[in-house]
Amino acid sequence: MGYEAVIGVETHVEVATRSKMFCGCPNGFGAEPNTHICPVCLGLPGALPVPNVRAIEATVSLGLALGAEIAPRSVFHRKNYFYADLPKNYQISQFDLPLCRGGHLDVETETGVRRVGLTRVHLEEDTGKSTHLGESGRIRAAEAVLLDFNRSGVPLMEVVSEPDLRSPEEARAYAAELRALIVALGISEARLEEGQMRFDANVSVRPEGSMALGTKVEIKNMNSLRSLQRALAFEVERQTPLLEAGREVEQETRHWDEAAGVTRAGRSKEESSDYRYFPEPDLVPVTLEAALLERLRSALPELPAARRARYRALGLEPDAARLISEGEGYGDLLDAAVAAGAEARAAALWLSGEVTAHLRRVGMSLASTPLTGAHLAELDALVAAGRLSATAAKEVLAGVLAGEGAPEEVAARRDLIQISDEGVLAAAVAEVLAAHPDELARLRAGEQRLVGFLVGKVMQTTGGKADPRRVSEAIRRAAQ
Amino acid sequence: MNGDPADLTIAAAAAAMCAGELSAAALLDAVRRRAAATEAQLHAYLTLDFEGAEQAAAAADAALARGEDLGPLAGIPVAVKDNMCTRGMETTCGSRILSGYHPPYDATAVARLRAAGAVLIGKTNMDEFAMGSSTENSAYGPTRNPWDPERVPGGSSGGSAAVVAAGSALGALGSDTGGSIRQPASLCGVVGFKPTYGLVSRYGLVAFASSLDQIGPFTRTVADAATLFEAVAGHDPSDATSYRGPVPEVRSTLEAGPAGLRVGVVAELAGEGNEPAVLAAFTRTLEALQGAGAEVRELSLPSMSYALDAYYLIAPAECSANLARFDGVRYGLRLPGDTVEEMMAASRRDGFGPEVTRRILLGTYALSAGYYEAFYGRAQKVRTRVIEDFARAYREVDVLVTPTSPTTAFRIGERTDDPLAMYLADVGTIPCNLGGGPGISVPVGLDGQGLPIGFQVLAPPLGEAVLLRAARAVEALAGFSARPAPATSGVG
Ligand SMILES: [Zn+2]
Repeated sequence: MGYEAVIGVETHVEVATRSKMFCGCPNGFGAEPNTHICPVCLGLPGALPVPNVRAIEATVSLGLALGAEIAPRSVFHRKNYFYADLPKNYQISQFDLPLCRGGHLDVETETGVRRVGLTRVHLEEDTGKSTHLGESGRIRAAEAVLLDFNRSGVPLMEVVSEPDLRSPEEARAYAAELRALIVALGISEARLEEGQMRFDANVSVRPEGSMALGTKVEIKNMNSLRSLQRALAFEVERQTPLLEAGREVEQETRHWDEAAGVTRAGRSKEESSDYRYFPEPDLVPVTLEAALLERLRSALPELPAARRARYRALGLEPDAARLISEGEGYGDLLDAAVAAGAEARAAALWLSGEVTAHLRRVGMSLASTPLTGAHLAELDALVAAGRLSATAAKEVLAGVLAGEGAPEEVAARRDLIQISDEGVLAAAVAEVLAAHPDELARLRAGEQRLVGFLVGKVMQTTGGKADPRRVSEAIRRAAQ
Repeated sequence: MNGDPADLTIAAAAAAMCAGELSAAALLDAVRRRAAATEAQLHAYLTLDFEGAEQAAAAADAALARGEDLGPLAGIPVAVKDNMCTRGMETTCGSRILSGYHPPYDATAVARLRAAGAVLIGKTNMDEFAMGSSTENSAYGPTRNPWDPERVPGGSSGGSAAVVAAGSALGALGSDTGGSIRQPASLCGVVGFKPTYGLVSRYGLVAFASSLDQIGPFTRTVADAATLFEAVAGHDPSDATSYRGPVPEVRSTLEAGPAGLRVGVVAELAGEGNEPAVLAAFTRTLEALQGAGAEVRELSLPSMSYALDAYYLIAPAECSANLARFDGVRYGLRLPGDTVEEMMAASRRDGFGPEVTRRILLGTYALSAGYYEAFYGRAQKVRTRVIEDFARAYREVDVLVTPTSPTTAFRIGERTDDPLAMYLADVGTIPCNLGGGPGISVPVGLDGQGLPIGFQVLAPPLGEAVLLRAARAVEALAGFSARPAPATSGVG
């Protein structure tokens, strides 16, 4: 009998607002510990939260993009639990009245497009960061705990999916699609390596074809798409033999250990926590007026799926369409290049090839280079007109990326423009043929290898700026 | 000028300073001498900062000498309850867990007092985290009533009430969650005013129950209460629950008198639950109001009978979360522990007194899974009923009145072993906090033992103008001018 997994994913995303969720402190990664703090995010006595309107709008935008129902009246709740890096010992979160409910995300999988239902999207505040000092690095055995509250109060969006995913691969594809959407909406750069996007998942296994749900295990602490997939795969592998052997899967919370590649059972105490949610009395309910929703709806950018479809229609391969849609700034640059007259596939090839390689080499983002869509269009035109060889074009692009100017300018300065004037080219060929009558005669007699020799001579007299392909054609024509 | 400047009203002191008859320094000196004479007995202050006060007084005098128009609070010595953050000045909330805690910022109300030129002389004693009705729950010892040192001043803002009664401040700020301004004002024979929820910013007020807490003034007259109110009220972007509209204008109608005022007596709170002397003074005042042209009638607000029960679920529930931050991690008392959890538990066990612990436990229980609907959920429904009852009543009358406290000041230690008897001290004041409207207590007489009796006026949310107009009428009709015996006030 075959088994299938039933998976739901909970995604936390740090919203890239300028300030934190409930205070004016800067929301940024990498600052010296405890430098982005104030009475509010430090939970000092008497301090009060004031909600960040931008974070609320970002959450609503995601809800709109997901086709969710936006709550006309939404409420923040206090989620009570004691933890050293939670300054108030309660987290301001949402409970039964989240900003967004329902909606769905279409995910491309190997077996076609799967529509994944969303349960809710809500907004809350992030905690500080604990570093446990001591031999084991574990909480219990720590000799000291260092606390950094820079992250405390950073707006955190929680996106909860329905248990609609059927394999670890699908879960990964869902997470990747959600990430692309969040980036496209400008909600977050969703840099996984900086913890801007984190995953928890619920997984159970059941006999294929069964409609019943198995016992659900919650896995926490996945910080990348890869670890999400690995953790789920491990869990499915762990649960399936238990069921095959007729044993029970225990309902529990397990933690993903990235280094060991296993999930481990958490302390049972954590599972029985009662968060004693109640409405946050320091805040008033969030009411969203129709005009605001309309403004946010009309400000939605083109969503990744639509963009991919558009690029496919322009002739891009599926992988290229995805890369261009999701690479930071790629899509906009391609659109600008096409608008400036570039051929879409050629421009996409430059972007996925030379440009990507360059960015990787120098460790920069596309936005920080001087490259524009007009540059790509110009480069494309130079190559199409035969004024630039493929090799020279690469060199020109490197010059453009290095800030040396527009392609034509770079090519001219580096002396890379090929002779494209038919008259000039014909004259150069005629001159060489006139200077080598014997070779021309032997060529006419069928000695084909002399084409190469004559082309070489033309290249010599033109200083290498003739297109060898066209020179060779002209010589063959003259020999007929 | 006649008499001791420490006994002046704020209005009289301001007028004397304006006329050049009194300097802020001299006024501060008088208040300092009064505090020196009374504090050993009363213990109404937890912190006195005469050094800072002298600088503020000197600044006020310098501005006065330059002929600047300083406003009604410039140079006036005021005190602030110890649950409002004062930059660099210890703020303990009457709790051991905040012993030695110096906030890095001023509460908005404190900042506004300073900006108005008021001279902040110190922080007043209170029931720990404002939980109590007698100021006996302070970790630093009780405050005594200036009228009778064997009795409590009421609470939780007992220190603020006592300093205004004793003359060791001309005015003070307190906070009122279930009567913590009005009840001690009543027991100490001063005016105590709780404005509409949201009119005075709570930023920097250490929260007890966020949806009920409100800062307000203690003064010797209704007019002075209006002055302090005007200084601290108004929208504050740092408090999301702060009211965004304009502060009600109260000054122009303050002296409009009682004629034509529709006064409703709350039947459920004006009956046999009150001591005879309290009831007699209440009735006398009602008759005077009627005689002066007010329209007095009795109204029934059935939900008042359940308000106390609802309050003792909602307030502890909110406090259980509000006080969770006191864990020894970032500030305040820290006791050693082998793990972070043990450190937190030990710090909280030793840092909180028994009443605070009781309410945290009560609130934690009321919010627990399986109990939430039966306790917190139902209490919120009662709260809605209270709001509806008030709204219905205010369609028929302009203000509602009750005795502020069913009894006059009780003896120290008399109720400390009986929490329920202590909770009953606030039965008349709690509905106002649940309803959100303003309330005020005005002294109207003394009982047979020479202890003050307060008269409470309530008005609908943002009804400050009619509230203060009625309170001023009561004040004028009652003509209460008694002061505590000089044994605790006249030395030096
Ligand atoms: Zn902050």
